[in-house]
Amino acid sequence: MSALLQLEKTTVRFGGLTAVSELDLQIGRNELIGLIGPNGAGKTTAFNLITGVYQPTAGEIIFDGKSIVGSKPYRITARGIARTFQNIRLFPSLTVFDNVRAVFHLHLRGDVRHALWRGKGYHAEEKSIAGRVMELLEIFQLGKFRDEPAKSLSYGDQRRLEIVRALAAKPQLLLLDEPAAGMNATEKVELTRLIRFVRDKFQISILLVEHDMHVVMEICERIAVLDYGIKIAEGKPDEVRANPKVIAAYLGD
Amino acid sequence: MNFRHAKTFLLGALALSFLVSLVADKINPYWLYIFYDIGISIVMAVSLNLINGYTGQFSLGHAGFMAVGAYTAAVITNQFGELNAFAANGIFAVALLAGGLAAAVTGLLVGIPTLRLRGDYLAIVTLGFGEIIRVILQNMNAVGAARGLSVMHGWTNLFWAFGLAAVTVYVVASLVNSTYGRGFIAVRDDEVAAEAMGINTTKYKVTAFVVGAFFAGIAGGLYAHSKQFVTPGGFGFLQSIAFVVMVILGGMGNTIGVILAAILLTLLPEGLRMLSGIEHLPGFATERPLGWIGDTRMIIYSLLLIVLMLTRPQGLFNWRKSAVPK
Repeated sequence: MSALLQLEKTTVRFGGLTAVSELDLQIGRNELIGLIGPNGAGKTTAFNLITGVYQPTAGEIIFDGKSIVGSKPYRITARGIARTFQNIRLFPSLTVFDNVRAVFHLHLRGDVRHALWRGKGYHAEEKSIAGRVMELLEIFQLGKFRDEPAKSLSYGDQRRLEIVRALAAKPQLLLLDEPAAGMNATEKVELTRLIRFVRDKFQISILLVEHDMHVVMEICERIAVLDYGIKIAEGKPDEVRANPKVIAAYLGD
Repeated sequence: MNFRHAKTFLLGALALSFLVSLVADKINPYWLYIFYDIGISIVMAVSLNLINGYTGQFSLGHAGFMAVGAYTAAVITNQFGELNAFAANGIFAVALLAGGLAAAVTGLLVGIPTLRLRGDYLAIVTLGFGEIIRVILQNMNAVGAARGLSVMHGWTNLFWAFGLAAVTVYVVASLVNSTYGRGFIAVRDDEVAAEAMGINTTKYKVTAFVVGAFFAGIAGGLYAHSKQFVTPGGFGFLQSIAFVVMVILGGMGNTIGVILAAILLTLLPEGLRMLSGIEHLPGFATERPLGWIGDTRMIIYSLLLIVLMLTRPQGLFNWRKSAVPK
């Protein structure tokens, strides 16, 4: 089986600094992978490479059999890679319902003329979208907040809503940028359950960039470790945990 | 705003403005022209609200697009002599549309290079654009340069002024209330997140800008055929600011509020003017007991704005919980 996402010797340089150097990474279908590393290791840069925010200086990124190098972020999302943000970025003044609904424009059959003419087809489509949005919200117990502005939700609910919003894009690959940031121990347990649930329910691959070792060790099937832009280890959680290079990177020599 | 009965609203408003226009000759002409001004202000403010309010861009050149539409419509209709009512309205419709399209094309040319950028660049560029339009018109002898251009026909009537205001409201409200149109607000709320959620932010911004410019052009045509005289100075920076104020006062991204603000801010200077007494109008005092208020009306107007912004930054007519974009 070919990998869903494949990074081949991907390199990014900012001036003289090599932020990510010849990174090789494969993500299979329905796989849950963690990307870890100390501060400044290049995790977020790698993340921005995949989502199209940065373009690689060298190397190739192949998603679902085709290169996505040079594509704009919104096109990459349409291709099937959705993400969440480390510091939650919802649409604060839109309601919970509209936050998810806005993403559904990706699946619209009609265009602007549809919305302006407001014919039968338009109303039917809006109704079916409303149904699908509510279905998603209900799965994550957010249905009761449908008319609340997103910014009025609690922190944990906002995190969940951000994941729901990403899922509305119908991604094959979901990228989670430090979802456990700012969470307490109980919320973290809840989060690990949620991530597993998303993977199993929606049958998608998940790439988790995370600081919190407990969360990563517990749910990821495979972990890649970055340090100074170089992949220093990759393997099962136990292997990575025992790897002397990883210990050195995290604790110092 | 709930917009389920959009088409009913549009047809009702069109029918109503048509019926009212039939009895227009019974209305005091002074008021009639103020009604035209209100209709034109609604078109301008609601269309600007799509750009500044819903999409969160900051355009300071809306009067520039109005000028493009006004001059285009005026030049077209000046080619015709006296016409019967039917032909006149037909030509007027074409001229208004042409003015709108000319403004939209201008909007596209200004918008494509600038809207790729984030931040305040648009405010600066549109500010410059408005001035450029004014200076170009001031030096174009074919349209009278600084002397202004006489518009031979006064074809604006209540039907056109309020019918087109209704069309503007319909288009803007239909756009933003659709699933497609939630993208405009998403761009305003968080451009980075919008892009990550598959929204082509540049395309959305350009769309808002071009649609806004189109209606500003139409409003320009209405304006030209209401005043029957246009000068480049009438479309300056201060005029643009006046429309921005309507949007801010009405509450950014709140169509009903912006309509109310457009009405209020068109009436307010007139009301203050009346206090000073206007001799030629029947029913108004020839003496000027409150004349000093009239003389300071622009100061009162500015003070009101300052007080309103301090006490209700979310807009005078905005009751929603989450109105102010962060």
